[in-house]
Amino acid sequence: MSEQSQTNSESGLPSRLVEEIEQVSREKKLSKEKKEKLIEEVKKVYQQSIFEPGEGIGIIAAQSISEPSTQMTMRTYHFAGTAGIKVTYGLPRLIEIFDAKKEPETPMMTIYLKKEFNNATEAAKLAEDVVEKKILNVTKRISLNLNENSIEFEVIDKRRIEAVSKAVREFLKNVNVKTKDDKVIVIPKIENVKELQTVKEKILDIHVGGIKDVKNAIVRKDGEDWIINTIGTNLKDVFIIKEVDEKRTYTNDIHETYTILGIEAARSVIIKEALKTMQEQALDIDTRYVILVSDMMTLSGEVNSIGRYGVAGAKTSILARAAFEETIKHLVRASIRNEVDNLQGIFENVMIGQVAPSGTGMFDLIVKADEEKE
Amino acid sequence: MKVERIEFSIVSPEMIKNMAAAKITKTELYDQEGYPIEGGLMDPRLGVIDPGVRCRTCGGSVGECYGHFGYLEATRPVIHVHYSKIIFALLKVFCRKCSKLLIDPKDMEKVKGRKLSFKELAALSRKKCPFCNTEEKKLKLIKPYTFVEGAETLTATVIRERFEKISDEDLNLVGLKSRPEWLILTLIPIPPVTVRPSITLETGERSEDDLTHKLVDIVRINDRLKENIDLGAPDFIIEDLWELLQYHVSTYFDNELTGVPPARHRSGRILKTLSQRLKTKEGRFRGNLAGKRVNFSARTVISPDSKIELDEVGVPEVIAKELTIPVKVNETNIETVKTFIMNGPEVWPGANYVIRPDGRRKKITVLTKEEIAKEIIPGYIVERHLKNNDIVMFNRQPSLHRMSLMGHRVRVMPGKTFRIHLSTTTPYNADFDGDEMNLHVPQTEEAKVEIENLMMVPMNIRSPRFSGPIIGAIRDHITGLYLLTKDDIKLTRPEYTQIVRAVDKNVELPDKESLTGKEVFSLFLPKDLSIEFKSNVGDVVIIENGKLTKGVIDKVAVGAESGKLLDKIEKVYGGEFTKKFIYNITRLAIEFLMKGGFSISISDQDLSDVARKEIKEVIEKIRREVDELNRQYMKGELKLLVGRSPKESLNHMVKTILRNGVNEAQKVLERHVKENPTLAMVKSGARGSLVNMTQTAALVGQEMVMGERIERGYYQRTFPHFKRGTVGLEATGFVSRGFKDGINPFEFFFDAINSRESLMDKSLKTRHSGYMERRLVGAMQDLKIEYDGTVRDSANRVIQFLPGEDGLDPSKVQKVGIDVRTIADKL
Repeated sequence: MSEQSQTNSESGLPSRLVEEIEQVSREKKLSKEKKEKLIEEVKKVYQQSIFEPGEGIGIIAAQSISEPSTQMTMRTYHFAGTAGIKVTYGLPRLIEIFDAKKEPETPMMTIYLKKEFNNATEAAKLAEDVVEKKILNVTKRISLNLNENSIEFEVIDKRRIEAVSKAVREFLKNVNVKTKDDKVIVIPKIENVKELQTVKEKILDIHVGGIKDVKNAIVRKDGEDWIINTIGTNLKDVFIIKEVDEKRTYTNDIHETYTILGIEAARSVIIKEALKTMQEQALDIDTRYVILVSDMMTLSGEVNSIGRYGVAGAKTSILARAAFEETIKHLVRASIRNEVDNLQGIFENVMIGQVAPSGTGMFDLIVKADEEKE
Repeated sequence: MKVERIEFSIVSPEMIKNMAAAKITKTELYDQEGYPIEGGLMDPRLGVIDPGVRCRTCGGSVGECYGHFGYLEATRPVIHVHYSKIIFALLKVFCRKCSKLLIDPKDMEKVKGRKLSFKELAALSRKKCPFCNTEEKKLKLIKPYTFVEGAETLTATVIRERFEKISDEDLNLVGLKSRPEWLILTLIPIPPVTVRPSITLETGERSEDDLTHKLVDIVRINDRLKENIDLGAPDFIIEDLWELLQYHVSTYFDNELTGVPPARHRSGRILKTLSQRLKTKEGRFRGNLAGKRVNFSARTVISPDSKIELDEVGVPEVIAKELTIPVKVNETNIETVKTFIMNGPEVWPGANYVIRPDGRRKKITVLTKEEIAKEIIPGYIVERHLKNNDIVMFNRQPSLHRMSLMGHRVRVMPGKTFRIHLSTTTPYNADFDGDEMNLHVPQTEEAKVEIENLMMVPMNIRSPRFSGPIIGAIRDHITGLYLLTKDDIKLTRPEYTQIVRAVDKNVELPDKESLTGKEVFSLFLPKDLSIEFKSNVGDVVIIENGKLTKGVIDKVAVGAESGKLLDKIEKVYGGEFTKKFIYNITRLAIEFLMKGGFSISISDQDLSDVARKEIKEVIEKIRREVDELNRQYMKGELKLLVGRSPKESLNHMVKTILRNGVNEAQKVLERHVKENPTLAMVKSGARGSLVNMTQTAALVGQEMVMGERIERGYYQRTFPHFKRGTVGLEATGFVSRGFKDGINPFEFFFDAINSRESLMDKSLKTRHSGYMERRLVGAMQDLKIEYDGTVRDSANRVIQFLPGEDGLDPSKVQKVGIDVRTIADKL
């Protein structure tokens, strides 16, 4: 749990409120007694405003998120601002987040720079460097020499010729690479001329510079900061660059965040991305529900999707799982493993016609038998 | 009695035999007289389905007897298809000769005490049995139920024999608690007739259930197999029959197996067998267990009623006479109850049934009512008609959030529709174009109390979704209040008296010759209310001590889903007061509008010649700029945007120009349009927007498909009427006229393309978001707040220690949370 969630043990108030009380009493120069009274009053209001035991917060969260989502747009792409980067947004993006898709449809990074490099020239330079260069991007005039079964191409920047030929040599085994003026000649050991084409494709795709997977980078100024927005993400490689402020640099890829920065970071990314998607659509949904969904998705220490292979499929109740999806599979599995359903959830109890232990069903009234006699 | 838990396991043959009431041996169902044959599939010992007959096993009649299982002895064992995967996994890890676990004793520590999956076990297994040195052969599972070892097919008998030899210790290591030979069926349980009732058609013909058909197949083949074995038929015939039995038993369990042709009815219809009964939305789980049909409910069309209270629902008398509430008779109510009985079932408010203390139900008719009224004594239960102020639940589907089902008070009315207050349409998302809604009557005191204390409309004014009021003024209510509270409105004494008295007879009126509209509105405000906010158009609105002193009342103040004033009133004065307040102001708005009448006209959108000229200029400007861009593009001189192709750059730039152009036209309109009813609606936020007005009066603008200008249609052009490769505005979906002036056929078609896209978008969206909701609910339905304030799931795991990181319930606080500053000010 994050810091702000801790309650102040003294007053029983969340630290956010405690801070606010401090601030207000400082501003208004309240006396000690007055401040004490203020705390008492706030406490009273707080006690009246907290969730009541038994509240089905999960269902309310689910409803609050999905009810307005009918108002979201389906059109998948959208140009973000003047920078003009294509972004998945609206309902498809929200579904993508809750599905915990391995790779987002439009992976993006926001690269921040360290203080000493936070200027236009550095940003422009870095944006240039960061974009992945493949042989395709650094060469021109690629030709197949069918007589000698070889592939020839010219390198645009002659100084790079060594690097390029080295990359080809490293990437493709069984090839002979020669350089001649500004030309690189590749002679693969192949029997069939047809294969030449596939080798050519492979060569063009060889990574020679920049950062892998980063397809485009645009420099933008946000307040004091110079920011580089990229299409494609690769946090690991970006973090190594010395100009990059790794504390603020951010990717919209949940799984990448999880593998590189851990589960807490992934949790924050889910919250941030979901909120962003909903704000773009001007949907008014309380943050608390998004936090709950995110907590549910990251509960196990891994990122789980909302759905049959994730959170919903991992429920303890057999009946609830069977009623959700893949009925037969869950029943068969339960019988083989001799599973027991303890009927603690809502679905299970609805099914057998009992009151579920939630809301007003959480408690029982017990009458003391001897008192009744009197 | 409460069900504590449900255990799942595999049924043993003994259990099948023990729970069976009959052994099935005969292939026929009925004898010549049409009576069920003993030992047949419709054996009378399996339960009763015909009224008037008593069960041969338990003596119960229809409804009392739930039916009894029977069993069939399979001539040869068969595999249960759903278990073929586990059978395969077991075969792989146990020796084919000695049936010992194929794991070297040296590797035992790796297995003992740990729950390894079959995959992990198989990886540890040896190719050669460590105990008897038998070479293991390669196993293959040909789905769904054929096992091949080496070149040989394993019969169910062989597999069963191997499994029988497996020791309990080994099973424990594998993590199996039931005997594995039970996975292969020797006895087939026959379900009671009550789960597969046969229907007697009008012709007297019997029509059997799909399951019975399937079972007949099984019994028949089983019988033939037995005969052939007894006769000593050749092996291949026996094998074929055995395979056929396997097929029938398999399709009996699941008729949608891949690689197996589904079993069909004589008519060619695919049979619905066991798995099909459970699966899918209409299946047992989702269709009958998770959601059930209920009694004491009604459904009809809804229509509006502005004089009904927010938490009331107008119920047609016919429905009120059908729906009943059980009333226990006691000394104090016996006289009133008697009047209900004397009214009978046909006169409202009457009663339909009485339940005697011994549980017997008696119908009240016109003929019996007097007799029953005399018979009534305390202890009887009378099912009386629905009366005014009874508590009911009211619902509209799709039930997307909890406000889709709220508690209402009944108000019995003539007519045949449910009547609701207009403000309650927002939470239900209802309109009156034929919408139907459902009504449910609670039958117990507990249920009634829960509705009264948790579900009533006033308790649902604040939405848990965004901590604001979801119920408020809509449409004409807003227009009315806006017009009323404008600065120059003055009402004479007769005028204001009439309006205010129509709303509320008890409001104290000041002794003044005339009142301003603001003063009239203030009459309904609580006397100690003070609030300041910005109105819809951005002006300051001030309410001081219950007096509206500055600004107008509009959507931002009292609108549903946004009302700041309502937000405050709900927080300070509670739901019940807010309910009354909303009723009052909406009535006030309508009464005021009715005084002068309110309607809009096409001429509201007439523009002066100056304005028309200016708009024309704007369009000309757009045209010039776009032409210039097109020229540059054609010549290849276009300055490209970063990372974009020339075409993309052009499109992007053109779109920007068009967007700005339309905005400019809107500004022109804003500057020139005179105060008129349409504008009043727009400004107050009641309905319509400036964009709508611009599209009618000035120009429609660019029609977009998939976020791009329209370029599809014919080869290099949108219509055959254009030249190939035209890039002009007209050819790419720009509509330079307004709806009022009329648009030309091309423009009309472009607009239709756009409309169709948004239509498709909408229907796709509902599907996707519906499924998302189901998944979210599936994942989170069991989360609840525990008594210690934590969020937990049904396995009692803590999800959050403090819900929402501050413990606040969004449906109890204002959007800002707890406002420390205001509390401090009050001290």
